[in-house]
Amino acid sequence: MMIGLRGAALGVAIATLCAAPAIAKTLVYCSEGSPENFGPQVNTTGTSFDASMPIYSRLVEFVRGKTETTPGLAESWTVSDDGLIYTFKLRHGVKWQTTAAFKPTRDFNADDVIFTFERQWKSDNPFHNISGAAYDYFNDMGMPTLLKSIDKVDDYTVKVVLTRPESPFIADLAMPFGSILSAEYAAQLLKAGAADRIDQDPVGTGPFQLVKYEKDAIVRYKTFADYYGGKQTIDGLVFVITPDASVRYAKLKAGECQVMPYPNPADLAAMKQDAAIDLPHQEGLNIGYLSMNVTKKPFDDKRVRQAINYAIDRKTIVDAVFQGSGTVAKNPIPPIMWSYNNQVTDYPYDPAKAKELLAAAGYPNGFETDLWAMPVQRPYNPNARRMAEMMQADLAKVGITAKIVSYEWGEYRKRMQAGEHQMALFGWTGDNGDPDNFLHVLLGCDAARVGGNNVSKWCDKAFDDLVVKAEQISDQAERAKLYEQAQVIFKEEAPWVTIAHSIVYEPIRKEVTNYKIIPLGLHIFEGVGLK
Amino acid sequence: MLRFVVSRAAMVIPTFLGVTFLSFFLIRLVPGDPIEVRVGERGIAPERLALLRHEMGLDQPLWHQFYAYIVQILHGNLGLSIVTQTPVLHEFATLFPATLELSVCAILIAIVLGLPAGVIAAVRRGSLFDHSVMGVSLAGYSMPIFWWALLLILLFSVNLGWTPVSGRIDAIYDVDPVTGLMLIDSLWSDDPGAFRSAVRHLILPALVLGTIPLAVIARMTRSAMLEVLGEDYIRTARAKGLSSFRVVGLHALRNALIPVVTVIGLQVGTLLGGAILTETIFSWPGIGKWLIESINRRDYPVLQGGVLLVATLVMLVNLAVDLLYGALNPRIRHGR
Repeated sequence: MMIGLRGAALGVAIATLCAAPAIAKTLVYCSEGSPENFGPQVNTTGTSFDASMPIYSRLVEFVRGKTETTPGLAESWTVSDDGLIYTFKLRHGVKWQTTAAFKPTRDFNADDVIFTFERQWKSDNPFHNISGAAYDYFNDMGMPTLLKSIDKVDDYTVKVVLTRPESPFIADLAMPFGSILSAEYAAQLLKAGAADRIDQDPVGTGPFQLVKYEKDAIVRYKTFADYYGGKQTIDGLVFVITPDASVRYAKLKAGECQVMPYPNPADLAAMKQDAAIDLPHQEGLNIGYLSMNVTKKPFDDKRVRQAINYAIDRKTIVDAVFQGSGTVAKNPIPPIMWSYNNQVTDYPYDPAKAKELLAAAGYPNGFETDLWAMPVQRPYNPNARRMAEMMQADLAKVGITAKIVSYEWGEYRKRMQAGEHQMALFGWTGDNGDPDNFLHVLLGCDAARVGGNNVSKWCDKAFDDLVVKAEQISDQAERAKLYEQAQVIFKEEAPWVTIAHSIVYEPIRKEVTNYKIIPLGLHIFEGVGLK
Repeated sequence: MLRFVVSRAAMVIPTFLGVTFLSFFLIRLVPGDPIEVRVGERGIAPERLALLRHEMGLDQPLWHQFYAYIVQILHGNLGLSIVTQTPVLHEFATLFPATLELSVCAILIAIVLGLPAGVIAAVRRGSLFDHSVMGVSLAGYSMPIFWWALLLILLFSVNLGWTPVSGRIDAIYDVDPVTGLMLIDSLWSDDPGAFRSAVRHLILPALVLGTIPLAVIARMTRSAMLEVLGEDYIRTARAKGLSSFRVVGLHALRNALIPVVTVIGLQVGTLLGGAILTETIFSWPGIGKWLIESINRRDYPVLQGGVLLVATLVMLVNLAVDLLYGALNPRIRHGR
């Protein structure tokens, strides 16, 4: 009898050990670093945005994988004829996440929208100074001067009045700083004297909710069953923090994670050969360029600027410097951006033509110039020094003697924005996917002031009229036409040598489905599945 | 003995002040401040830059900032991280157990392997084993940690699949950090797989971090043993007919241990320095990685506080070694 009982117990024990537990479908992402916190308004890095974006939703969202926008928490909106008043109709029945710290008693409504923007905008808001927040993106996108008022019309209608017409405003709202916070949760925290927890213990309406964060180790999320966009096909999402790119790749190979960002360019060839790994890629939302300061001789002459464009062998340079992770740029905006004008004719590499133009401009024997090279690695230029050296050699072939100059990065930017250079390497990564964020911000007349982002200090009335007009109308097709024309003028006037757009590679394991590269450089897992 | 302890402890104070001074001023010599570092290409309006600098107190004269910092430390406050707005001490306390666990395991590996290797090499002086130990330890001492780590990952994790690539535990295990020491926390958790996973994760990083101390301990033990084995009292012991094991294990090793203990103590500094690289490669969430990040982000309070805490630890360990050394060797204690 005893033996029988023991045998039965042993059998149960073995059966228990052998029975595979119901394994939840968890997607593991080898992220590159720790988030600063989970407040998308106060975050300043892509790493932090990646960690906070899954938790929240915004009034307007980017179509996943594109730069176009689509309704989010705002079901629809209307814009007044003068482009100043935006009226948003909010979605009904959107649930807030329930966490250990918060049990919501109501759905999302207009109060949440007002609170989210007032926190960033009004210094008397009790949450304004929490988390040492500087609200960099809210400020950088010009919100403090753009917003005149934000008012609740009723629980599901919000009216925003602007001080000037600005159609990229809608794209701005899809940026991480537009993530909507819960006013009810904020009020509860304030009452409990725990306002500083708002960016540490996040509550959102997004597809995933935070379960646990261990600094430098792991961020754990579970899917939010009541997400208004529908429940996700995966049960959980884990960010395993892995700062070294080679180690991320080793983990991906070993199946310890399924998605990794920022591979080493040197590993790309092996990744392409790996049967377990897919390597989706696309051009990044950025541009690396050589700026020519048109306020300084001889670059005030269009022919000289065009000659420089002909003189530099960009294909060879991009191949050498990017090693396959960059593509030659033709326009100041990347091809993934709407309104990209593919009809523009690029300058071919033609030193003879360059010499001809230089002679016509009165420099048959060339001239001397400086050539600034950034001291840091950026996505749009992984090795500015090497690039400058190759350009120096190309320019020497047409008689131009270029002296390479560099400064500490902060100093470099400051001096360039002050217009101290003749020629300088620089670049830009887009904020909101709107062409205005490149064409107007980098090349408009108002940015050509000392300290402005138009470092070539190039102010062309015809170009400026087009981009200013495009900023003020809300019809996207109409705007696209104006931007296409602007790109033609830009190419002809040649204030820059457009060099490269980086190519973003995001290795994923074959079992991952429906993953898309996000042009804004974020990593978003809504809608991603596992086979 | 008390005089010895007091005199050793008194030496900690100037070191402490020096570290505070250096960590404060050196990071400020690096171009760029916390605000400029995060600005990026778009730049920042001068008035906004001035406002943010003012809010952080960065517009004050340096000596004024230093004075305020010293006063703050004397109140036991290391300040808030500029990046995360969390108290520096809290962040340190959260991350330090990971470094402690890794360092203790590394030094244990180094002692367990290094001590016998050194002893055997000394006893069999000139043998193949001796030459191998000396050659391997020289290679171990000279190898760049990051290269060695990647090599081990490629072999054991990617090719053989014996150990995980990085991290402290598999993502499927959700272990609550009670002590912060994953081996203990995972043992307490209900899942036996968690502990196994924690051990497997610890092997490679501990081995990598333990490599340099292992090499040093093996070489030091060998040379100390060789010196002792030539002494008269060893010859006497042998002449008395004691077994070789007793001669080496009791008479020789005990006396040879004195310099070895000092070296082990000194390795604590090496361990914490090596932890910075090891932790980065193995995604080990300890203080090494935290400090590197603070330099990149110019997170002054974290860097200053972190360096101060690490320096304090190293000093305490060195003090403990001094005291232990004094206990082992009375001649030192009495200053003779």
